[in-house]
Amino acid sequence: MAKILQRERLVPNIHLIEVHAPEIAQKSKPGQFVIIMPDEKGERIPLTIADWDKEKGSVTSVFMVVGTSTHKLSLVEAESEVPVFVGPLGKPSEIKKYGTVLLAGGCFGIAAIYPIARALKEKGNKIITLLDVKANYLLYWEERLRAVSDQFFVSSRDSYYNCKDYIPKTLQNIIKKGSKINRVISIGCTYLMYTCSEATKPYGIETSVSLNPIMVDGTGMCGACRVTVDGRTKFACVDGPDFNGHLVDWEELFSRRKSYFDDEIQSLCHWEKNNFPR
Amino acid sequence: MAEKKEMSPELKETLRAGFNKEWRKELRKSIPAKERMKISSQKMPEREPEERNKDFNEVNIGLDAKLAKKEAQRCLDCANPGCVMGCPVGIDIPTFIKLIEIGDYVQSVRKIRETNSLPAICGRVCPQEVQCEETCNIKKAKGEGVKIGNLERFVSDYESLKGDVYIPQIQPATGKKVAVIGAGPAGLTVAGEMARNGHKVTIFEALHISGGVLVYGIPEFRLPKSILKSEVEYLEKLGVELRENFVVGLTATLEDLKNDGYDAFFIGTGAGLPNFMRIPGENLVGIYSANEYLTRVNLMKAYEFPDYDTPVFLGKRVAVIGGGNVAMDSVRTAKRLGAELAAIVYRRSRVEMPARVEEVHHGEEEGIEFHFLTTPIRYIADEKGRVKAMECLRMKLGEPDSSGRRRPVPIEGSEFIMEVDMVVVAIGQSPNPLIPQTTPQLNVGKWGNVEVDWDTMATSIEGVYAGGDIIRGGATVILAMGDARIAAAEMHKYLSEKKKKRKVPSAESKNKG
Repeated sequence: MAKILQRERLVPNIHLIEVHAPEIAQKSKPGQFVIIMPDEKGERIPLTIADWDKEKGSVTSVFMVVGTSTHKLSLVEAESEVPVFVGPLGKPSEIKKYGTVLLAGGCFGIAAIYPIARALKEKGNKIITLLDVKANYLLYWEERLRAVSDQFFVSSRDSYYNCKDYIPKTLQNIIKKGSKINRVISIGCTYLMYTCSEATKPYGIETSVSLNPIMVDGTGMCGACRVTVDGRTKFACVDGPDFNGHLVDWEELFSRRKSYFDDEIQSLCHWEKNNFPR
Repeated sequence: MAEKKEMSPELKETLRAGFNKEWRKELRKSIPAKERMKISSQKMPEREPEERNKDFNEVNIGLDAKLAKKEAQRCLDCANPGCVMGCPVGIDIPTFIKLIEIGDYVQSVRKIRETNSLPAICGRVCPQEVQCEETCNIKKAKGEGVKIGNLERFVSDYESLKGDVYIPQIQPATGKKVAVIGAGPAGLTVAGEMARNGHKVTIFEALHISGGVLVYGIPEFRLPKSILKSEVEYLEKLGVELRENFVVGLTATLEDLKNDGYDAFFIGTGAGLPNFMRIPGENLVGIYSANEYLTRVNLMKAYEFPDYDTPVFLGKRVAVIGGGNVAMDSVRTAKRLGAELAAIVYRRSRVEMPARVEEVHHGEEEGIEFHFLTTPIRYIADEKGRVKAMECLRMKLGEPDSSGRRRPVPIEGSEFIMEVDMVVVAIGQSPNPLIPQTTPQLNVGKWGNVEVDWDTMATSIEGVYAGGDIIRGGATVILAMGDARIAAAEMHKYLSEKKKKRKVPSAESKNKG
């Protein structure tokens, strides 16, 4: 059992959860993830670690509400407990001196890139942060990210911020303007990571993505999370989650992520019917 | 397959002493051997195939007292019991069987517990027919040995039904701390042994329920989870601490635990890395590893979806690739989840199947199809990227390979298409890499297995032992428990010899993080 210290809706459909987990907090590194179960009947959900506090002994994640288990998670209150909170899982992101690193994030990925940006900044890299939101009211953690960025851009479809194009186009515009970028790191929904990878390909800029296939155990035991990278099958939970975006078989990942589409709807309807009767 | 080991002098002595007891002599005289040989083997009562293949309740009902006594009478109480030779944990089999014959079930199960801390589990999942029952002396004469496994199950079920689980005497506390990594059959065994020896034992388990393969792998219809639960509770009564949701290697490394004051370690992290065939289309939607399929169903209770959130495909035409126990568990699970076709696709023939004979037999009764001498070579997708068929190749048996089994050889031009909507790949597992990857001083073999001295189960690091699938690849529950017993005995010796030298954690490790 792990105690919830905080659960807060950051923006519509995106929540923050802070969990008491002193051992995990000691070991967490940028790019790793945890697995959480909202209750005994829930799924084991992988969430990227967005922050940790070694002294307080807490780990923070940001998640988007999608299926039944994330709906349940969006309703847990501080001081309550979840049965499973395990980690830190996966290999940490490679933190070294690259020069200039552009971090592109969307939805939950806005939080996920934060610890990576912070660590890269500490290593002496120049940080360009590029976030993508549908509208201005969906942006969160702006101040935190600005604090670790040398340049800061937001692509917002409502033109509220500097640019309104979808993130890959903005990304290409930044590259074309002549900024020498040594590495791109993209985290968010699969489509965002795919399009960012496509955008950087013509320029030959190495692009790291944090893959988000369906997982069960998260320790290499089940193989649910297998992805094809450079023609070889990898397990995202133990070989990743970070991979070279130019080498990922995206079509396969899209298809595997949709494996349980109908079941997810059925599950959600079942849960809503039982918990919110008309 | 029975690993015939030389019996230890102590075991020989125990057996001899038991054999020479007065009551045993009397009992042997009460029914002459000739009469005993005439008693036929008592059949295990089972539920009807057409009833049981639709639910997850246990297939075998268990012997009643009458059947158990009759079966126990078949045992000749040999002076040189072959059965014990075939048992990886060296149970005093004649004594426990003869105690059943005289109706003293409580003493019988205690006799088993002296060397086997998980009798209710072993009575159900051990491949007895290639171990104790294979080397039973009357098997040679009658063709069918005493059903030792069924008797073992009978007395342990009797014990738990009575709620009178015996807590053996625990040795005075030694002040030594033992870390057991992985709560599978090997880890649970080591934990039990070490706790009885007075050490403070903590089990670290990555998943949220302890039991390892016994909880995520073996289905409810073969091993009810309530049985595992009571075995785990038994360990807690011995003072063992369970730390679930703790991944050694990531949540803390072995080195970290050493710095936390643990004096000895047992690595029993199992074969948690599924093998695939690396053929085209293997990552299509609808193709599972057996580990994933069984974990979804057993651990995450997907058979109760949508009451539980984790889904699983309900394939109508299911092919399970492989011929072992895991393959049989998968195919029988698919049948129970409504598959019209639930088929084993195995590249060799029936006689080479590594699965327990009973499971194959049960599967046949339940309507499982067997496609022998067949192997898939590629999977074919529908327009949504889901598997809709597989191309197979017929095989024939050639010369024996290193395992002694005849090698399957493809028959040229024998390709054919089999329509399926779900596939489970059950061709074996490799050792889980998390501990080897995060423990640099640990010697690892070319298959990723932790290397040990097979006489002591000691690894290349002092005070660190290993056993079960992490050293063997995919093997059996009882072999893991056999390793565990050796490891526990050696670990106890190590800790006793270590005197009272307290290790002071270094300043550097204290300041970590």
